[in-house]
Amino acid sequence: MKSFTTTALATLIAVGAVSAAQAEIRIGVSVAATGPAAFLGDPEAKTIEMLVEELNANGGINGEQVELIVYDDGADPNKARTFATRLVEDDEVVAIIGGSTTGTTMSIMDVAQEEGIPFISLAGAIAIIDPVREYVFKTPHTDRMACEKIFTDMQARGISKVGMISGTDGFGASMQAQCKDVAGNFGVEIVADETYGPQDADMTPQLTRIKNTDGVQALLNPGFGQGPAIVTRNVHQLGIEQPLYQSHGVASDGFIKLAGAEAAEGVRLPGTALLIAELLQEGDAQREVVQGYKAAYEAKYGESVSTFGGYAHDAFALMVDAIARAGSDDPAEIRNALEATAGLVGTTGTYTFSAQDHLGLDLSAFRMLEITNGGWSAVE
Amino acid sequence: MNMQSKWTQIAILVALIVILPVFFPSGYYYRVGALIFVNALSVVGLVILIGFAGQISLGHAGFAGIGAFSCALLPVHFGLHPAIAVLVGALLSALIAGMIGRPILRLQGYYLAVATLGFGVLMSMVLTNERELTGGPDGMRVADLGLREVLRDMGLKLSGGEFWYAMCGLVLVIGVWVALNLYNSPTGRAMRALHGSEVAARTVGIDVASKKLQAFVISAIYASVAGSLLALQNGFITPDVAGFMHSIEMVTMTVLGGVGSILGAILGAAILTLLPQVLTVFAEYEQLVLGAVMILVMIFLPRGLLPSIAAKLRGRGE
Repeated sequence: MKSFTTTALATLIAVGAVSAAQAEIRIGVSVAATGPAAFLGDPEAKTIEMLVEELNANGGINGEQVELIVYDDGADPNKARTFATRLVEDDEVVAIIGGSTTGTTMSIMDVAQEEGIPFISLAGAIAIIDPVREYVFKTPHTDRMACEKIFTDMQARGISKVGMISGTDGFGASMQAQCKDVAGNFGVEIVADETYGPQDADMTPQLTRIKNTDGVQALLNPGFGQGPAIVTRNVHQLGIEQPLYQSHGVASDGFIKLAGAEAAEGVRLPGTALLIAELLQEGDAQREVVQGYKAAYEAKYGESVSTFGGYAHDAFALMVDAIARAGSDDPAEIRNALEATAGLVGTTGTYTFSAQDHLGLDLSAFRMLEITNGGWSAVE
Repeated sequence: MNMQSKWTQIAILVALIVILPVFFPSGYYYRVGALIFVNALSVVGLVILIGFAGQISLGHAGFAGIGAFSCALLPVHFGLHPAIAVLVGALLSALIAGMIGRPILRLQGYYLAVATLGFGVLMSMVLTNERELTGGPDGMRVADLGLREVLRDMGLKLSGGEFWYAMCGLVLVIGVWVALNLYNSPTGRAMRALHGSEVAARTVGIDVASKKLQAFVISAIYASVAGSLLALQNGFITPDVAGFMHSIEMVTMTVLGGVGSILGAILGAAILTLLPQVLTVFAEYEQLVLGAVMILVMIFLPRGLLPSIAAKLRGRGE
């Protein structure tokens, strides 16, 4: 037993030493590859690993190879902070990508900002980039933008009274607050506001209350995970005729499977171009990037791409582009180059950063999608 | 059980805390060290509850949550200094432990485990769902303690990692000192007596209910202070700190090191804090290895790592 442990430890150290010896440009990643947020972190880690392989095979950045260091924080903010410290202090990376959830991002963010290491977050909350912190950027749209996109679509359909049912998980609760905040700007009134727990198996009572509320013209369901699928099924079972809007949190094929094609028919949600890769028109700016990523990922891993992997794809592309333009591996110079990013086309949208805007996306990055015949179609 | 002299144990601990940094290749190790000390602090509290008094709690993360969120909330809402907030949090934890402890500690074995578990889950749910107050699952920021700046003005420049290593190390030493004093005090002896046999303890005139309650309250204070230190150190806190898994982690650390031994408990905390860091290469198998370690220890070293090994070394075996 003892000799086994010693051998194992020695091997570990040896592996570490060998990979360290080849290091040129080191990029650190801390995502939730396992645990409750694995559906975010797993495709994120896989995506970045694939992209690094590709990049190194093609000669790296300015002729230098990239070494990737990936840690699994299991969506635990405490672990994320430890790994961020480790990446900066011990692994001496020049940039960090990660933070699958808002909680882990907030932890990593402090370390990155304090140590002056550029960090691109993969989490949604608006608090990450507002107020702007010098070294902190992010790729996913904010939930506020999702609300705005949904309300824009409602406005176009002449909907002004909405019944909302939200999950009490971080995502759902944050989006619920943001939607209530911006609804007024689009002449939309929230006439019913119900919630459900992330583990609940039946939302019929809440939906019945919404159904019985006078004048509800549409339903909106901020949330992710299984909840929205159950809401969709319950809406169908209760025979509620009003259109149902879901959030970008469930923009994946898995959602249609979980809710069932019949119940999901006609559901609208804001999503990225990635979901409708095949449907993108010739001449669409994102077509090449989106289809390229989708094909490569699905060929390598044999599973369908997700929006979340797309966030990681964009973060990595942004970082590589910035390092190439900075022409150095000095974190401060990479940060400056990152902030000067203009018109970089990703899977989520086209990024243009500025000193005031560390997200760099606008509403056009979202596409309003509708589920028809068990698949996605774009709403024009 | 042989508790070597109090000062030997404290000397060993202090020596380790002071000497180890010499071997630290980077600032990251200070962070890991500080985490070990924080975990060890709550585990020392559990040694008092589990090892001394023989009661179990699967909800102690709830008290860590109270301590952590006291540090986050009180400075924001009442303008208290974070250092005061640590004390208020500890007081609050003690009060709550005192209130729920009386009825809960009438239960024994599985029933006690489930009742404490219920408390932990309740705390975690409150912290998660009271979004307006606690920021919900996204968590909230924690004000800086400010002591590092004071030290800097006095000419002692410490990095964040070094400061928290020293701070948590200091609090741990104090915690261990208190626990060792308790062990040899009449109260400690009474607790250990009721651990051995409640009936016998009652027969010799020990107020069993009040001793159990004391152990519960004291261990709650330990967990609360540990939670506060974690929150202050991270500058950010989410309800995860009060989560069920955190409670289990604490008990696992206690049992691994040896429930009756304070240094053993610290060893347990160190191993289980380090393991995930060493195993990052095998991140997917981390839980598997942790489980295997636990099973092996329970089978071959049922009294926990340190006491069992110490006994073997003395040639007495189990």
